[in-house]
Amino acid sequence: MRWLAFAPLLIAAVIGGFFLWGLDPDRDPNAIPSVLISQPAPAFDLEAVAGLDMPGLERADLVGNEGPVIVNVFASWCVPCRAEHAVLTSLVEQEGQTLFGINYKDKPEDAVRWLNELGNSYARIGSDLSGRAGIEWGISGVPETFIVAPDGTVLYRYVGPVVGDDAVQTFRAALRDAEDWQPEAGT
Amino acid sequence: MRRFIATLFVGLSLASATFAVEPDEILPDPVMEERAREISKQLRCVVCQNQDIDSSNAGVARDLRLLVRERLVAGDSNAEVIAYVRARYGDYVLMSPPLNGATFALWAAPFVLVLLSVGAFVIVVRRRPSQQPAGLDEVEQAELDALLAPTKQDGNTS
Amino acid sequence: MTPEIGHFALALALALALIQSILPILGAARNDVVWMKSAVWTSVAQTVFVGIAFAALMTAFVTSDFTVLNVIENSHSLKPLLFKISGTWGSHEGSLLLWVLILAVFGALVALLGNNIAEGTKARTLSVQAWISVGFLSFMLFTSNPFDRVFPPPLDGQDLNPLLQDVGLAMHPPLLYLGYVGFSIVFSFAVAALIEGRVDAAWARWVRPWALAAWVFLTAGIALGSWWAYYELGWGGWWFWDPVENVSFMPWLMGTALLHSAIVTEKRGAFKSWTILLAILTFSLSLLGTFIVRSGLLTSVHAFAVDPERGFYILGLLAVSIGGSFALYAWRAPSMEGGGLFKPVSREAGLLVNNLILATATGIVLFGTLYPLFYEALNDGQKLSVGPPFFNAGFIPVILPLVFMMGLGPFLSWKRANVGTVAARLKWVAVLSVGFGLVLWYLVRGGPILGYLSLMLAAWLLFATLREWALRIRLFEESFRVTMRRARNLPRASWGMTIAHGGLAIAIFGFVGSSVWKSEQILFVSPGTEISIAGFDVTFTGAEQIRGPNYVAERGTLSVRRNGEDLGFLYPERRYYPVADSSTTESSIRSTVAGDLYASLAQPASENVEGANVWTLRILYEPLVMLIWIGSSLLVLGGTISLTDRRLRVGAPRRTAASQPAPLPIAGE
Repeated sequence: MRWLAFAPLLIAAVIGGFFLWGLDPDRDPNAIPSVLISQPAPAFDLEAVAGLDMPGLERADLVGNEGPVIVNVFASWCVPCRAEHAVLTSLVEQEGQTLFGINYKDKPEDAVRWLNELGNSYARIGSDLSGRAGIEWGISGVPETFIVAPDGTVLYRYVGPVVGDDAVQTFRAALRDAEDWQPEAGT
Repeated sequence: MRRFIATLFVGLSLASATFAVEPDEILPDPVMEERAREISKQLRCVVCQNQDIDSSNAGVARDLRLLVRERLVAGDSNAEVIAYVRARYGDYVLMSPPLNGATFALWAAPFVLVLLSVGAFVIVVRRRPSQQPAGLDEVEQAELDALLAPTKQDGNTS
Repeated sequence: MTPEIGHFALALALALALIQSILPILGAARNDVVWMKSAVWTSVAQTVFVGIAFAALMTAFVTSDFTVLNVIENSHSLKPLLFKISGTWGSHEGSLLLWVLILAVFGALVALLGNNIAEGTKARTLSVQAWISVGFLSFMLFTSNPFDRVFPPPLDGQDLNPLLQDVGLAMHPPLLYLGYVGFSIVFSFAVAALIEGRVDAAWARWVRPWALAAWVFLTAGIALGSWWAYYELGWGGWWFWDPVENVSFMPWLMGTALLHSAIVTEKRGAFKSWTILLAILTFSLSLLGTFIVRSGLLTSVHAFAVDPERGFYILGLLAVSIGGSFALYAWRAPSMEGGGLFKPVSREAGLLVNNLILATATGIVLFGTLYPLFYEALNDGQKLSVGPPFFNAGFIPVILPLVFMMGLGPFLSWKRANVGTVAARLKWVAVLSVGFGLVLWYLVRGGPILGYLSLMLAAWLLFATLREWALRIRLFEESFRVTMRRARNLPRASWGMTIAHGGLAIAIFGFVGSSVWKSEQILFVSPGTEISIAGFDVTFTGAEQIRGPNYVAERGTLSVRRNGEDLGFLYPERRYYPVADSSTTESSIRSTVAGDLYASLAQPASENVEGANVWTLRILYEPLVMLIWIGSSLLVLGGTISLTDRRLRVGAPRRTAASQPAPLPIAGE
């Protein structure tokens, strides 16, 4: 029975090991991995934003583009989106990326005013008044930004605003990976 | 670094100005509404700290509650509704983890612990006297009883 | 100036704790009485200095000294005095100071009150207690100094989280910490016994009052927290299986097991190494709670400001204290078995079942609470939630047999119980409780079978507890005078058990009634709206703006009638705290033993509701919920009465001179 007396120590050591792992400063206990990564983009079909001279967005628009596209979920009521908007604009204007927008639970007139003020570098914007497309994309808040491959596969998801050097670098790296991405044979 | 920014009692903001379930979400059919509540309690609000969507007032939680009700009205079973949400948000969204290889340990734990306890009971109760280190002999026991005895008198005199 | 005094006092306390952590235990090893006795003055002086530091921080809060960072972040000049005071422990740093204060106070109490404890044991125990003090005082001084200054000071503070500005929650942390930290002394006793190499009846008797006191506080703390969640969070729930609740519940479960296992060690000399293990486990789980709440390791509804450095420091403390004590246990415990034999049907076996069930339940809660972390580590960052459905499914079926055992156990005699006698004594209890369950089912119908089964078991426990009490005082068997005398002479510990077991039975009625037969309505109301719920007719007559010291509120008025009889008004509020920019719901509750009518008010969130005169009202009827608080109070009362038992204060056996400090090997006694 002597070994049994070591059981508490062993159990405590194992649990302690997990705690040590969990304290890793790079681990974010609140982050939730997306189930969409490497999956086909979800089906959705959004009308254009009323009063904006720009087509709406649906699943088919994500397929057959020349390179990967950026899908950005934004809203005029979302404060961090404002700062992120400048970053996304520069990606489009200076690097020629394609940017699609999902205007999440936003009043169309607010969205129009917001875009007129900040500039509009989106190629298409779908108006998600009900938030249903947001659920299809599995978003947990605004903003979120996805990178979608030409065959419609979701490659990457960024939660929160792409703002600040670290975030922009991470996102750029993801974009580069996306450009090199080849669909696996048979899928 | 993000953890630095995190929470000074952030979670405690859970009781805020608005409620979770709003009156206009409630379905006219009480049986179906009851099912919706039941399902909502099994789905986690993904932006909250540790809450189901039934008790969360976050926007996404409300959207999900509406979605749950919509699917129910469309004729889905409870399991189908849950599967629908799970397909979009992953296993994380289930308050009760699904049984699979990676969660087997979790669901087996109660049974294993109960079995261990039953085993421990049997072993302890069936111990043979010969295995015992000698307990108190009669003289020692008498001494001990004498030491413990004053309590009874205490009880009577108080 | 005051903050510097506080800071300096903390440093002095650390120095004293260092002395106390070395000198007495060396004295015990060398049989040097002066060194051993040094534990008394060091622990008292340490308490005084930590007390000065605590008073300094509280002064800073009460006088709104906004040169102190902690005060800025957690207070506001307009905040009511009570919440300025409670703001002292509203933050990580302040609550840690309270933690350390209680740790020191318990040490000093043992030093001053523990006259019947053998000198060597006392010296070792107080040294171990000082080791914990050293760890936490240095943690505070190096990573979490509550006295940090800011220059220039801002004009006013950022206010305390409004949810914490509540009487229930102001008192919650002190009680909880008295419980958590109270178990430190039990831990220290256990480690001292392991170092000394002996555990006997006397040891169990020395430990019992401290375990009981800590358990009483922890019970009160958990109940108060639960009560707060019930009335403050606005949806009438009282337990959510949140990690933070779980980490307070696990030490309670283990502490409860410890109280019962210590009885066996005291009365029969058995379960020695098990009792020691429980003593270590109970405090280890308290430390685990401190770690989880302060490291941000798990997502939880309430967490302190998160800082990995602090997490690493506390994990280090855990590794040393828990790892060290378990290592010591692994080394020493195997030589500690022994004690009386008993039959499968006996008081010992009953208490063994009690302990195994409590340990199993604790294991399930622990595993479920930590599983998301395990899963994430082993599955490459994938996440998982373990929520109430798991805990309810795992915990309730395991704990229900304990309710049955609690009724049965006190009827079992030590060593070997006569099954026939026990059955005869409990025959009518069984008939009555089954009858109760059936009648209830006939009258109520709806609801799950498990609900009726739980209530039947609660009735069994209540009736059996009363029956056992009646047997002890020979109620109706002897003259009234004799019965009264027997009741008077019944040991306080027996009274305590009867009251606590009865209290739990009553609380179970509350748990089950309020969960299973709750009714709820959520609706838009405007002045004149009538609602009927659970036989009440409620009318919403309107809402008005009111102004509090540091908040503004909308207060609704609901008139309540039943069968045409006026029962008064409910005034649910929605408060807005401008400084903290957050809102709280203040529910209004009409409480009776039969059930609570519970109303809370909110602004409609829906965009499609127009008009200023529309509110969202949530109105609930929770049957029997008050019994939870009555039952919890009885648990606390029972524990307290048991604590006053003369046996715990005087007449505890001194070890005979021959068996005084043992340089002897640790062989069985």
